Amino acid sequence: MIAVEGVSKVFGNGTVALEGISTRIEAGAFLALLGPSGCGKSTLLRLLAGLEAPSAGAIVWEQGRPAAGEIGFVFQDATLLPWASALENVVLPLRLLGRPRKAAREDAAAALAQVGLGDFLGAKPAALSGGMRMRVSIARALVARPKILLMDEPFAALDEFTRHRLQEDLRGLWSRSGLTVVFVTHSTYEAAFLASRVLVMSPRPGRVAADFVSTVAEEVLRRDGPSYVAFVREMSQRLRQVMPAEGVA
Amino acid sequence: MRGWLERLAPTLFGVALLAAWQFAVWATGTPKYVVPGPWDIVTAYLANWGELNAALVSTLTVTLAALAAAAAVGVVLAVAMAASVLVRAAIQPWAVALQVTPLVAIAPLIILWVNQAFAALVICATIISFFPILANTAAGLAQTPAALLDLFKLNGATRWQTLMLLRLPSAVPNFLTGLRISGTLALVGAVVAEFVAGSGGFASGLAYRILEAGYRLEIPKMFAAMVLLALAGVAIYAALGGVEYLVLRRRET
Repeated sequence: MIAVEGVSKVFGNGTVALEGISTRIEAGAFLALLGPSGCGKSTLLRLLAGLEAPSAGAIVWEQGRPAAGEIGFVFQDATLLPWASALENVVLPLRLLGRPRKAAREDAAAALAQVGLGDFLGAKPAALSGGMRMRVSIARALVARPKILLMDEPFAALDEFTRHRLQEDLRGLWSRSGLTVVFVTHSTYEAAFLASRVLVMSPRPGRVAADFVSTVAEEVLRRDGPSYVAFVREMSQRLRQVMPAEGVA
Repeated sequence: MRGWLERLAPTLFGVALLAAWQFAVWATGTPKYVVPGPWDIVTAYLANWGELNAALVSTLTVTLAALAAAAAVGVVLAVAMAASVLVRAAIQPWAVALQVTPLVAIAPLIILWVNQAFAALVICATIISFFPILANTAAGLAQTPAALLDLFKLNGATRWQTLMLLRLPSAVPNFLTGLRISGTLALVGAVVAEFVAGSGGFASGLAYRILEAGYRLEIPKMFAAMVLLALAGVAIYAALGGVEYLVLRRRET
């Protein structure tokens, strides 16, 4: 689906964020980009989204570059419009894409119902909890039926209970929809729980240090299954090997 | 009990101050054409009720017209500056220059150039009051969350959509803060312009009444006009603060 071919990114101040990244992202995959702060995970995500251009190399979309609205993006914070209701926030991408108003509102309501917020259409962000705001953000990313969903550490700021609930819901959503997901995280537990494949990245400059296909069996929804624990251990060992002397962030 | 006391403290302090002032004037026998007591000021206000209130309405009309003009000019310039680096570079130094030039120095020229007195006063008050709206709105437009700008870009938003649906609504809290500061500046601008125009014989607002009372040594009346100005300033600031509170509360809850 996407071929990342020798991609490097050097910022204006000379910082080499990524160097020689090559990989393929297959349709329907749930790919986790795992690594410590500063390893270029978010930069790679922004390059995939087309929000930044690579300094060298290329990102090739085999079915053609996605049109506006065909990439869903979930940011670290929910980043909702504080003056708009949950429904208006989710309608927003459809409004920007020029979809008819009535159909847009119906689609947005359906997307909110899909993430369990069917009863909160009129609520403004200030009235919602952190987890609910993130659900609105996910609904907003899904409402235009994107080809790919890019998520930049979306659950990092949430409490553990809410994070686990959202991870479970996201995994269910992915397995039901067959959507392609690229998910940035610095948690081996999160990567092991969610992903079908994990790219472990090393920092300064960001490189791919290891490429794991998940070996976690279907008992994944229990976080203490033997294959889950073994996969976490395997990724943690690899991360320790690629980390600089000051340790894993 | 303590809460009530805190709320009443400004009033109690004011009453105590007025009582001390009245007592000092009475005890020292100071003539009222030098320092009038509070009671003399109230009496002067009641004696000139119609004239002073008409002057207050005139000054407030200039102030509110100038505030509306300042809001329009400030927002339009802020949007233009946010839209283009070139426009920002061209406008910013002139806006700062206009802000730091004392109004009292340019008001005579404006009154000379603009034949219509009301328009001249509004222009003077607008010049002194538009800058906080411009600066605050420009800061609000610049502080639009980067992630939301990315979201708009990913969904193919036009510049117009980004401005109307994201940047301007994001800048509303900053605009309202600027408006509150500009409200009192517009009053100051109106008064300064009225002083300049008043010395040229244009009879209108409270500033003219202050000048006139000064010439006639009607010091209690002069104080009454000044008290009205101070109260008008406090009322404008409080009203715009109330508008800010209500708009922001309504929009986010």
